[in-house]
Amino acid sequence: MAAFDEVRQLKKEHPRSLTMCGHVGFESLPDQLVDRSIQQGFCFNILCVGETGIGKSTLINTLFNTNFEELESSHFCPCVRLRAQTYELQESNVRLKLTVVNTVGFGDQINKEESYQPIVDYIDDQFEAYLQEELKIKRALFNYHDSRIHVCLYFIAPTGHSLRTLDLLTMKSLDSKVNIIPLIAKADTISKSELQKFKMKLMSELVINGVQIYQFPTDDDTTAKINGAMNGHLPFAVVGSMDEIQVGNKMVKARQYPWGIVQVENENHCDFVKLREMLICTNMEDLREQTHARHYELYRRCKLEEMGFADVGPENKPLSLQETYEAKRHEFYGERQRKEEEMKQMFVQRVKEKEAILKEAERELQAKFEHLKRIHQEERMKLEEKRRMLEEESIAFSKKKATCDLFQSQTFMAAGSSIKKDKDRKKVDGTTVFCDCLSAKERVRLCVSPSRKDLD
Amino acid sequence: MEERQSPSPCSSRPSSPRTPPCEMFGSVGIEAVLDQLRIKAMKTGFEFNIMVVGQSGLGKSTMVNTLFKSKVWQSSVPNLELPMPQTLELHSVTHVIEEKGLKLKLTVTDTPGFGDQINNDKCWDPILSYINQQYEKYLQEELLITRQRHIPDTRVHCCVYFVPPTGHCLRPLDIEFLRRLCRTVNVVPVIARADSLTIEEREAFRSRIQQNLKTHCIDVYPQKCFDEDINDRLLNSKIREQIPFAVVGADREHLVNGRCVLGRKTKWGIIEVENMAHCEFLLLRDLLIRSHLQDLKDITHNVHYENYRVLRLNESHMLPRGPGWVNLAPASPGQLMSPGPGKVRKRANKDSREDEC
Repeated sequence: MAAFDEVRQLKKEHPRSLTMCGHVGFESLPDQLVDRSIQQGFCFNILCVGETGIGKSTLINTLFNTNFEELESSHFCPCVRLRAQTYELQESNVRLKLTVVNTVGFGDQINKEESYQPIVDYIDDQFEAYLQEELKIKRALFNYHDSRIHVCLYFIAPTGHSLRTLDLLTMKSLDSKVNIIPLIAKADTISKSELQKFKMKLMSELVINGVQIYQFPTDDDTTAKINGAMNGHLPFAVVGSMDEIQVGNKMVKARQYPWGIVQVENENHCDFVKLREMLICTNMEDLREQTHARHYELYRRCKLEEMGFADVGPENKPLSLQETYEAKRHEFYGERQRKEEEMKQMFVQRVKEKEAILKEAERELQAKFEHLKRIHQEERMKLEEKRRMLEEESIAFSKKKATCDLFQSQTFMAAGSSIKKDKDRKKVDGTTVFCDCLSAKERVRLCVSPSRKDLD
Repeated sequence: MEERQSPSPCSSRPSSPRTPPCEMFGSVGIEAVLDQLRIKAMKTGFEFNIMVVGQSGLGKSTMVNTLFKSKVWQSSVPNLELPMPQTLELHSVTHVIEEKGLKLKLTVTDTPGFGDQINNDKCWDPILSYINQQYEKYLQEELLITRQRHIPDTRVHCCVYFVPPTGHCLRPLDIEFLRRLCRTVNVVPVIARADSLTIEEREAFRSRIQQNLKTHCIDVYPQKCFDEDINDRLLNSKIREQIPFAVVGADREHLVNGRCVLGRKTKWGIIEVENMAHCEFLLLRDLLIRSHLQDLKDITHNVHYENYRVLRLNESHMLPRGPGWVNLAPASPGQLMSPGPGKVRKRANKDSREDEC
């Protein structure tokens, strides 16, 4: 069995340059890279922030020379919403998957405090989705439809004065999350001299308030000059239009007014061509790289630190993500078990308490029942007593009645002869006889009642 | 043209649509992004890591020198006074070469002592562990909270395996090595010192090797399952027919018909390295450098590295749990080197299919 030692490597020397004696041929490497990118296709996501009716959709249409069929949004939205639409564009052999996200209802509410929060949340959601995909065990990053916002076009209303508070707040909250390019919309409403002053005022306000807008990169020689010049023209004053008007002998995109024609692609009229140049032709790749390398990494770092991960442990020993994760999981399980125990204890205790209360109630009920029963018994006895007395009275009464009847019949017989005499008188004085009999009865009654009274 | 709307305010990302293309009325300038890419590539430069494996004396160092037309190794002839290395060692050298403004950082790893011992059992272990170490390094960098902007890539993009020109078929050592390595790294086998075989012998040898590879399910680069579209398939099947290339290396120049060519001078003639009639060195060079370099790197990054990552991240769930702090044991070589039969491979680009080998 070959006992192999630890693998030894020559210490990696600082890479030294090598000169070649002939042509190797790897200058085709960028072409290989480009071919692969063409195969995969490109992806670009634009976020347009601006109030309703400021010309966001028109500008996007004009930028990409297409009619994207956006519906006009109403002014009466209760809160700011974001609407995202994806399109596939193709120019010669380059396929571009363009996603345009529009803010609906921005600046329309009476109370604008919550205006920028939905936008920030949306951007964070896209970062979060990418982070989740990256942290998965089985991931498919090469196939992933990247929805992170690469650039935010911020449309400033052409008041001619200065930035509005809402604009300032929104830009301040977005500047660390996305590349912002501020634009002055509907620039055909400002005259040239006012425009200059407006631009300077805007830029100075942005600088004073520390808003970091996207600076076109000037580190590469080929683009340094043009980018540097463009940096001085920010914010771009743009006009958007898809209507074609005849100017001279050709059709150009323009807006026609009674006093003249504003040509969109004329550098003297507005900065549209500059915007298109900068956004698409020169810096698209850089915008994507900045989003990935700076904004996304910042988000990732903050999110992971928030979750409790760190690169360096308590004694300054490097921690690995997995160790921290395992530790956290262990901690979490322990915590959960403890909580379960607690809950069990509480449950048992509650049950006991409830039982005690119920028992108490039962006893009370029992006592009440007994009491009622007793009362019932007493009542019954009383009633029995009364009934007996009543019965005795009725017996006594019937006896008395019997004796009275007897007495009455005797009196009738005695007074029988007088009755015969009074037979005639009977018809006339029926009542008198009756009264006589009655009076006898009455007498009898009178006799009885005192005896009754005696009894009582 | 289709539009997808997100259903609720700031909800999750727009779904990945299959949108039919939009018509544009004129040129917008999207093409310019290709130039931007090119400029960026020129600025950042490229990295390429290659490993050469084979028994000593097969001409590995000479081949590397011929490929990059420079003295990558300080001396091609091993120092005969020193004893042969008793164990397998890996030597890595890094150079920066520049051509027409394009910088390439080239790292070549040599494996002297491979297959030289009496008992060559498990001689592929150090190589596999080296490759996995590079993956591990990259993974650790990727998992950091504060990552570098450009993670240095030391992963081996291509492994060139030198088959000795016996003329018969692949030896057991070759088969064992190729079987294990083709799942972890892109392997390109070549017939070394092809000037000892005649053309007929060479063709027979090649077909036998191809049969051997098929019998043992060894998938060498360019792998069939990663062909994206019809063009790739055509191109790659032509290459696959001629794998392994029969190569000859030389770093001396000789005069032939008035031209100065690289070649080996023998009593019966001069073998020109860059002559297609003599050997297939040009095919190897074109494959490695001129046409498939980016593809090699892509497959390493998207497939081999991802496989390693999946394996590694899944491992941590199988670690024994102690009562207190959980200690993540460093990846031991034994666990990762012989992947089980259930290992899956992922498709690099559009259609993902799973392959089990």
